[in-house]
Amino acid sequence: MSDATEIAKPRASVFAGLRLTWTATIAGSVLLFWLVLALFGPWIAPHGEAEIISGTTFAPVGEGGLLGTDKLGRDVFSRLIYGVRTTLLLALITTVISFAFGVTLGFAAANLKGWFDIVVSRIVEAFMAFPSTLLALVVIGAFGTSITVLVLTVGLVLSTSVFRVSRALGYDIGVMDFVEAARARGEGTWWILTREILPNSMAPLIAEFGLRFTFSILFLSGLSFLGLGVQEPAADWGLMVQENVGGLFLGSSAALIPAACIASLTVSMNLLVDWFQQRQQGETVLEKIDQ
Amino acid sequence: MYRIILTRLGQGLLTLLLASIIIFGATEILPGDVAEAILGQSRTDEALATLREEMGLNRPAIVRYFDWLGGMVQGDLGTSLATKRPVADMIESRMWNTLRLALLAAAISVPLSLALGLWSAMRAGGKVDKTLAMTTLALIAVPEFFIGLILMKVFAVELKWLSASANTRPYFDFWQNFRALALPVATLSFAVLAHMMRMTRSSVINIFTSPYLEMAALKGLPKRRLVIRHALPNALSPILTVIALNLSYMVSGVIIVETVFGVPGLTRLLVDGVTLRDIPLIQACAMIFGAVYILLNLLADVLSIMANPRLRYPK
Repeated sequence: MSDATEIAKPRASVFAGLRLTWTATIAGSVLLFWLVLALFGPWIAPHGEAEIISGTTFAPVGEGGLLGTDKLGRDVFSRLIYGVRTTLLLALITTVISFAFGVTLGFAAANLKGWFDIVVSRIVEAFMAFPSTLLALVVIGAFGTSITVLVLTVGLVLSTSVFRVSRALGYDIGVMDFVEAARARGEGTWWILTREILPNSMAPLIAEFGLRFTFSILFLSGLSFLGLGVQEPAADWGLMVQENVGGLFLGSSAALIPAACIASLTVSMNLLVDWFQQRQQGETVLEKIDQ
Repeated sequence: MYRIILTRLGQGLLTLLLASIIIFGATEILPGDVAEAILGQSRTDEALATLREEMGLNRPAIVRYFDWLGGMVQGDLGTSLATKRPVADMIESRMWNTLRLALLAAAISVPLSLALGLWSAMRAGGKVDKTLAMTTLALIAVPEFFIGLILMKVFAVELKWLSASANTRPYFDFWQNFRALALPVATLSFAVLAHMMRMTRSSVINIFTSPYLEMAALKGLPKRRLVIRHALPNALSPILTVIALNLSYMVSGVIIVETVFGVPGLTRLLVDGVTLRDIPLIQACAMIFGAVYILLNLLADVLSIMANPRLRYPK
């Protein structure tokens, strides 16, 4: 972000000129696969979300259902397909909430400066000086488990990091020549924020969105695994792990499959964000040597 | 130097105070109060009023906050709603399990990640470095319970080498203890290893590319001396910060690990407290974890100030 001429380029898409590596291709395909399943899940799943299909609980893979049955005799495969919706949708909502709060406050702090910046920054620092899981547990302990509480809590916890990133971006870009020029032209604050600062901080914000999205999936599935997140009978991958842990000793992999799915989702997302960040920085030193 | 350290200590204390306000605030804005929770469904208005009077819940929140904080400082952590026992007793019997887990995991993951990070940094761009970079990048995003369950499936269920339950008994000998603790300690170490390694690598590489080290290399110093005598002292303060950050990260990792392996530890107590909405228990546990977290970060700052003279004169 240090190169001002790089930033001042006309608004080409941030995705323009990105070359795919094989890791990015694989990661992207995995994400695409889950996305398609999330969109068309109900038409693909052979059974209902909470439908009990078999009297045998913890049936092994291949018997009962395609991937066996869970602790109540429900089809693991169907619940997995319904679960990807819950998992992705909740992660998306929390990340969007965190960006709505974080970016608004961050840009406002960078633009207004003065006491507003100091007060908001101090509050965010106080929240960051405290493990985020603990914060979520305290809030959930006080308000009980409901989807609204869950989404708002996780969204707020994530927004501290988004605030820091967007405040720094706002400060960095706010002092650049083209923003000065816009101010000298007499453009208003709103215009400068939406037409100058926001487009130019798009790339780091997209990367941050990816990171927060990954973190949100991990965070929510962790809470569900503790029994404090999504509640039955809804299908959620973290919850499915928690429900079926006991089956591990009976030779069932009903707990391992959703856990592996979460890992595939977060690892792919992480690899993709890393690739995106590297591309934004231009070619890596290693690639330059190779050429 | 002492003035800076004292200022930092003061800041730490302030953060702790803020944390206590956050905890108390978050648990006090709930609809209904502790009295309602105790009486449950069978409450009458008179009983509720009497109990509130007895417990001092009629007083304003600020008075109750200072009352609670005063109790905390003196070691009076309140009484659990679910068990009616003093919270301090409940915590005391569980503290050791969590502490032992965290200390063992730290003893394994810290030296290992420093060594791997250094190795990776010295071979930056090479095969080892690339492989480690890719592996750690993936490992960071893997949920702790997945690592825990895989280890459990392989070593406890299939091979039956190790125990899946970390519930140790006082009469256990060394091997029984090892069998019980190996898996949770390994899971917790894995959870912080990747992060710590990456951060060590990047901070060491940062120093390797600085002009003074280039100078030392051009003088013809052997690589070993270059790393240990010239690079390491300057890399120490970022590495210390990395260690503290990750040890405090363990606070959240430990919650998952204790649940997976059924460790009767402090975080289990906290999660149970959240499930039962046992407010005094939640407040006390959260305060303890918050304090440990803040203390570790404080320790890292103070140690880096002592290790790196440049930090003693802030701009």
